[in-house]
Amino acid sequence: MAKQIDALMKVRDLPVGFTAKPGSTLEFKTGDWRSMRPKLDRGKCSYCGFCYIYCPDGVYQDMGKDEKYYKPDLDYCKGCGVCAQECPKHCIEMVLEEV
Amino acid sequence: MAAKPVGMEVSIAVSEAVMLCDADVVAAYPITPQTHIVEHLSELVADGKLDAAYIPVESEQSAMSSCIGSSAAGARTFTATSSQGLALMNEMLYRAPVLRTPVVMVIANRALSAPINIWNDHSDIMSVRDAGWVALFAENGQESLDMTILSFRIAEDPRVSLPLSLNIDGFTLSHFIEPILLPTREEVRAFLPPFRPIVKLDIADPISIGLLGTPESYTEARKATDDALTASKQVVSEAFAEFKKHFGREYRVVESYRAEDAETILVMMGSIAETAMTAVDEMRDRGEKVGIVRLRLWRPFPVEEFKAAVRHAKNLAVIDRHMVLGVPDGPVALEVKSFLYADEVRPNISNYVLGLGGRDVTRDDFWHITERAKQPGAGQRPRYELVGVME
Ligand code: SF4
Ligand code: SF4
Repeated sequence: MAKQIDALMKVRDLPVGFTAKPGSTLEFKTGDWRSMRPKLDRGKCSYCGFCYIYCPDGVYQDMGKDEKYYKPDLDYCKGCGVCAQECPKHCIEMVLEEV
Repeated sequence: MAAKPVGMEVSIAVSEAVMLCDADVVAAYPITPQTHIVEHLSELVADGKLDAAYIPVESEQSAMSSCIGSSAAGARTFTATSSQGLALMNEMLYRAPVLRTPVVMVIANRALSAPINIWNDHSDIMSVRDAGWVALFAENGQESLDMTILSFRIAEDPRVSLPLSLNIDGFTLSHFIEPILLPTREEVRAFLPPFRPIVKLDIADPISIGLLGTPESYTEARKATDDALTASKQVVSEAFAEFKKHFGREYRVVESYRAEDAETILVMMGSIAETAMTAVDEMRDRGEKVGIVRLRLWRPFPVEEFKAAVRHAKNLAVIDRHMVLGVPDGPVALEVKSFLYADEVRPNISNYVLGLGGRDVTRDDFWHITERAKQPGAGQRPRYELVGVME
């Protein structure tokens, strides 16, 4: 497993030269920076895919032809609100992230 | 080893040493007074005498970026610069130590602007003294060549794996023709093992370098680098001992000249010590108990060795080649004073700044400084003396 250098780490446990194995972002969940999260009203969604295209972090997953909506991976959504701004149906609301 | 020394410009000797060390990559931008070093290296590469990639970059920032990349890829990497060129590298200079890329860089020391000045002092290296590089100072031509060979051995030692700057005074060393003993390629190969990087960019085993360090890891990453730099002192001493076995010439992290029984010790770095030795000989002939302690290793600062060399002195005259504007001590004096502060018995320390922007440093200056350092109250002066300033 790739060593994580975002978590608290002792000096002697740091990788020499402060390096990381590829793919370590899989374990580096950037979503915890978020203060607002997108909330979808599926009833209004037209499945146009704008949210999927515009999300700068590429966190929307296509739920397929049966479900007909896109779902953000909240492990990585940083809460920027771009999807809510771009959605032509105004069916994404940014709500406060409760801890 | 060639039995007889040959007359050679020191810059050329440094480039020949880089060739003898089989450097793989040279990325550099020419700047006075470093120019002859990189010019000659480009000739050596063009003539097929050095099998290296010579990257003629468009700026020093690119030079250092290229050097860090090529070193991380496992190539023995060399560059050289001076003054404004070093300043333009600044952003990259702070990265190389944390990434543990053992780039070797010769700095032909020159004053920083303004006013624009191409001549020698130590303001360039002092502006990057905290970057985390190992820093050595050479005194003469032979030392410049020997230290270049040693630089690769020290920097690339897997226990060190840190970038290293070798400081040679601009013009007073870089442009002087001196008698040089040139070793053979075989002798250098016997001394300098092939570069085996401890951090390597390798397609077969990929890694990311140059990462973000969050508040959770930045402190620890800085500490790890400081630990590595501090520990490198031992390797420097070992490399000097090994060098003596191979080439017969002996070097120490702190050098002393007639200082063993000296009441007054002049502390300095670089080529002015050659002039100072002549002055000390003259003063000794008149019965003056004076000597020299010269820092060859500036980073990591060899605190214990320095203290041992000056312990017995009554007066310490610390000579700086750079002004810390807004502070009443030069950079070397600031550190020396802080290291000795906690000692119960410490010498009277006075500070002298001279030789700025290429102003000549003469034997008379050392006579003057020795007199001043002996005066009652020398250790209590509130600020350094700017020797020879016209007020
Ligand atoms: S808030 Fe930003 S990061 Fe999160 S899903 Fe929307 S566009 Fe993507
Ligand atoms: S942009 Fe709006 S309407 Fe289009 S798929 Fe996304 S949520 Fe649905």
